[in-house]
Amino acid sequence: MMQTTSRIPISAQGEAAWVLPSRGIIGMACLIVAESAIFMIFVVAYIYYIGKSLSGPTPREVLELPILGTVCLLSSSFTVHAAVSALRKNNVRTSTLWLAATVLLGAVFLMGTAREWYHLIVDFGLTIRTNLFGTTFYSLVGLHASHVVIGLIMLTVTLALAASGRVREEHAERLEVLSLYWHFVDGVWVVVFTVVYILGR
Amino acid sequence: MAHAPVLEVIDRTQRQRRPPFDVMYEWVSTVDHKKLGLMYIGYALVFLVIAGFEATLMRIQLAVPNNHFVSPQVFNRLFTMHGTTMIFFVAMPMVFGFGNYLVPLMIGARDMAFPRLNAFSFWISAFGGLLMYFSYLGGDGLYGMGSAPDVGWFAYAPLTAKVFSPGHSTDYWTLAVLLSGVGSTGTALNIVTTTICLRCKGMKLSRMPLFVWLMLTASGIVFVAVSPLTAAQIMLVLDRYLGAHFFDTQAGGSAVLWMHFFWIFGHPEVYVLVLPAFGCVNEILPVFSRKAVFGYPAMVAASVGIGFISLSVWAHHMFTVGMGPAGNTFFVFSTMVISVPTGIKIFNWLATLWGGKIIYKVPMMFCIAFLFQFLVAGLTGIMLSAAPFNWQLSASYFVVAHFHYVIVGAIITALFGGFYYWYPKVTGRMMSETLGKWHFWLFIIGFHLTFDFMHIPGLLGMPRRIYTYEAGRGWEGWNLIVGIGAIFQAVGILIFVYNMVRSYYRGDIAGHDPWDAWTLEWATPSPPPVYNFAVEPTVRSRRPLWDLKHPEDQDENYE
Repeated sequence: MMQTTSRIPISAQGEAAWVLPSRGIIGMACLIVAESAIFMIFVVAYIYYIGKSLSGPTPREVLELPILGTVCLLSSSFTVHAAVSALRKNNVRTSTLWLAATVLLGAVFLMGTAREWYHLIVDFGLTIRTNLFGTTFYSLVGLHASHVVIGLIMLTVTLALAASGRVREEHAERLEVLSLYWHFVDGVWVVVFTVVYILGR
Repeated sequence: MAHAPVLEVIDRTQRQRRPPFDVMYEWVSTVDHKKLGLMYIGYALVFLVIAGFEATLMRIQLAVPNNHFVSPQVFNRLFTMHGTTMIFFVAMPMVFGFGNYLVPLMIGARDMAFPRLNAFSFWISAFGGLLMYFSYLGGDGLYGMGSAPDVGWFAYAPLTAKVFSPGHSTDYWTLAVLLSGVGSTGTALNIVTTTICLRCKGMKLSRMPLFVWLMLTASGIVFVAVSPLTAAQIMLVLDRYLGAHFFDTQAGGSAVLWMHFFWIFGHPEVYVLVLPAFGCVNEILPVFSRKAVFGYPAMVAASVGIGFISLSVWAHHMFTVGMGPAGNTFFVFSTMVISVPTGIKIFNWLATLWGGKIIYKVPMMFCIAFLFQFLVAGLTGIMLSAAPFNWQLSASYFVVAHFHYVIVGAIITALFGGFYYWYPKVTGRMMSETLGKWHFWLFIIGFHLTFDFMHIPGLLGMPRRIYTYEAGRGWEGWNLIVGIGAIFQAVGILIFVYNMVRSYYRGDIAGHDPWDAWTLEWATPSPPPVYNFAVEPTVRSRRPLWDLKHPEDQDENYE
């Protein structure tokens, strides 16, 4: 076989541009798929154990619809989206404001959960040990809340960076990756809300 | 072999002796996909020897009736540790090690998409393995030494409840599996992202090497299969530590739910392991038949098809639970359907061999053995997928023989082929063919002695996981043969390890492309330099190196 000059490394002449998706977005999409599977197992366990508790209290007796928290969390999806769009248009100040609104709305949601848990534990004595409802309720809602906490930490860090002027237009894609996670946390809440507070009651 | 043209790569790697501490620091702190891949494989080999040793102890115990070589408690620990180690700390890291090393090289990328996540995933899996074995020290606290997990590798509830498994050994088991699951998910995420986002110019999805396709599919399964196990382990931790009642039957919890959650992971897991093994065969078989792989699109479709179908078959592990006619019928049917894409792959491999100039080097010999053994493993799988047959033989040695046929006969055999095939690329030296043939024949003979004959005591009613048995049931002779086979396999594997160490120092210099192969990893020097490619390659077909070596006969004219 003859020694030939390499054809491989020479970049092709006049071919169409070679564009591949951004790794941040694909990576986040993968994470979301994997996390969805985890949530799905917890949701299945919740649904499977509805009405199977051997003792009280039952969901109907103790759960109230967390309307305020839900409204806040769902609207925070819009605010984070607005923050990304503003940054895309190089509107850093507006973006920072929208980010602050997102953090605030997320925090309101978390406080709602904290109040609800305090109420359940102190007033009704419902803990994770009490019955199957307690077991599945605290683990499913708690798993979601822990995701909200992680999202809030990341958003707060971003907000701090933005407030100190370190966020620029070229970071829009990273913010978008973060916003995807936040949308996912929101989407999960829709499922959790439906299963726990509507189906489960 | 003719001198093959290769890429000019600027290799500035310093090759001088350095103090051991520097070398260690470099390996511990590395984020290079090749080093991490090698660490995955090295760590898997260490655990392979440990878990193989556990298997040998069990076979000694079972070789003759009424044996008291180990106590029943120790026997329970042995099969639990053997199963868990082999799946989570041998097979998984080994396939991910191959993937880590080869995927970026094959698609012409310089590293994985997230190198630091890659290092994190490796170390968290590695510490998972250490954590599980630490149980031998910490299971009962340091003063009650010698307690290891003993709940079986699928850890059915309610045996795992605090009441039935006091002490901490089960906690070590569940936390180790949890960590391993996090690591696997991270690596899978990395492989998928790398494959989608970092392909070199011209490397369309339809031109990717089949190994990359199979790693992509296997990683996709990891997301939806390993995560349920992670979720179930979280529930078990909550049960054991916080007094939750997920699997607590006394509080209305369900033991069957754990079985579902475990097997939703457990069955796709087989495909997570076997698909990369298929990938090795897909790369080796064509090169040693001197033909392009037959039916590339059908191969890709079959692989992805297996990936999807594998998610709907889990409850065939649970026919004896009593799921009712509808459930049974569904899972019998879906299990049988999965043999269709698998059959497509077997036919395509045969068609690749057909009319080829077959070269019987060691990697090829392992691939041929793989073809036969995988076929037999699939056939006993179809037998077991029929619910009435399964009612008879569930939890018998027939099942044990079947899944070891898949894991040892198909997965490990194909990976051995992969070791011989890619070793020259990784180290720059060839493995010894003579020692390789000794390894091959001893291992294959041992494998067939062990696992062919293990089917028979199963058919004669010998249940799995018993620590001894009485004479006169017709099991004793068979178990002796099984034990003798285990010795053959152990010797074969020791020769393999010796061969790897010896060839590292004394093997023939391999050069860039010892097999005259066609995928991009053979365009780099052996071993490949840091960041792989000095210039990003451009490809025009599925076999870029064929194009390079045969300018007059380009592959793109046929694809």
